[in-house]
Amino acid sequence: MGEDKVPLTSRKFDERLRAAQDRQREVERGPSRRSGISGSALGFAFRIGVELVSALVVGVGIGWLLDYWLGTQPWLLLLFFVLGAAAGIMNVYRAVERMGHAGNGDAGGGKGRTGGN
Amino acid sequence: MASPLEQFEIKPIVPIEIGGLDMSFTNSALWMTIAVVVITAFLVGGVSRRAVVPGRWQSAAEMSYEFIAGMIRDNVGPEGRQYFPFVFSLFMFILLGNLLGLIPYSFTFTSHIIVTFALALIVFVLVTAVGLVRHGMHFFTYFVPSGVPGWMAPIIAPIEVISYLSRLISLPVRLFANMMAGHTMLKVFAGFTVALGMLGGWAPLLINVALTGFEVLVAVLQAYVFTILTCLYLHDAIHLH
Repeated sequence: MGEDKVPLTSRKFDERLRAAQDRQREVERGPSRRSGISGSALGFAFRIGVELVSALVVGVGIGWLLDYWLGTQPWLLLLFFVLGAAAGIMNVYRAVERMGHAGNGDAGGGKGRTGGN
Repeated sequence: MASPLEQFEIKPIVPIEIGGLDMSFTNSALWMTIAVVVITAFLVGGVSRRAVVPGRWQSAAEMSYEFIAGMIRDNVGPEGRQYFPFVFSLFMFILLGNLLGLIPYSFTFTSHIIVTFALALIVFVLVTAVGLVRHGMHFFTYFVPSGVPGWMAPIIAPIEVISYLSRLISLPVRLFANMMAGHTMLKVFAGFTVALGMLGGWAPLLINVALTGFEVLVAVLQAYVFTILTCLYLHDAIHLH
C-alpha cells in the first residue's frame, strides 16, 4: 500500500500544481470584477446621490476659492459649477457602468470591461 | 430627555495640551485604541495555534484574511498584493469602529466626518502617490482619457480633475452619513420607547430591535464599500483606466 501511495500523491501534486498555475495565469490576465459593489437598492441610490453631490461641492469649492483669490466674482464660480455638475454626472455614469458589469455575472474575461471610457 | 445627538459628543478623558493645541485623549481616541487592541487580539490569538484543521477562532481570522486577499485579487489584480497590509488594516479598523459602536454606551468614531475624512485622505494620498511613482508624469494622462479629440481636452481635463478630487468628499461622506443616520435613528426610537411608557413603548422597542439588526448589516456593508472603493481607486492608479 505504501508503495502505491507515492506515485498517486505525486500525480495528485502535479494536478494540483497545474490547477494552481492556471489560477495564477487567470489572475494575471486581469481583474475579473467578480465582486462588484452590491448591496441594497437604497444603499445604491444613496451612493449615486453622494457621487453627484460631492463632485458639485468640489467644483463649487474650487470656483469659489479661485474667485476669492483672483477677485473675479462670480465668473469662475459659475464656470466651475457647470464643470462640477458635469463631473458629477460622469461619476454617476461610471458608478452605474461598474455596477452593471457586476450584475452581468462573470462571463468573459476582464479585458475590455475595465476601461471607463 | 436626552438628545439623540448627545451620543456623538467628544469628551476628553485625559486632558493634554501641547503648545496651545488640545491633544486630549478623548472617548473617540479611547474607542480607536480599543478597536486596534481588539483587532490585534483577534488576529494574534487566531493564528497563535496554527492548526492544520482550524478551529472557530482561527477560521474567523483566516476568513477575514481571505476575504480581503480575494477582494484585492479581483479588483486590483496581482500588482495589488503589495498593498494588502494597508487595505486589510483599513478594512478591519473601519469594521471594528462600526461594530464596536453598536455596543450600548460605546462611542462610534466612524460617525465623525473628520475621522472618515482623515481615512479617505490617507487613501487619496496613497493612491495618487502610487500612480505618480508607477507612471511618473505619464500619470497625468489619466485626466485626458484616450480617444478624446484634442480640442475637447481643455474641457475634459478639468472635469476629470474635479471627478478625481470628488473622491475625497464622496468616500468619507458615505461612511459618516450612514453611521450617523443609523445611530441617530436608534436613539430616536429609544426615546419613543421611554416616552410612550409601559403601554405603548413596545412598538418602538420592536422597531429598535429590527433597526439594531439592520445597523449590523450597514456596519459591515459600509466597511466593505469603503474598502472596495479603495481597491478600485488603486486599480485605476495602477492601470490608468
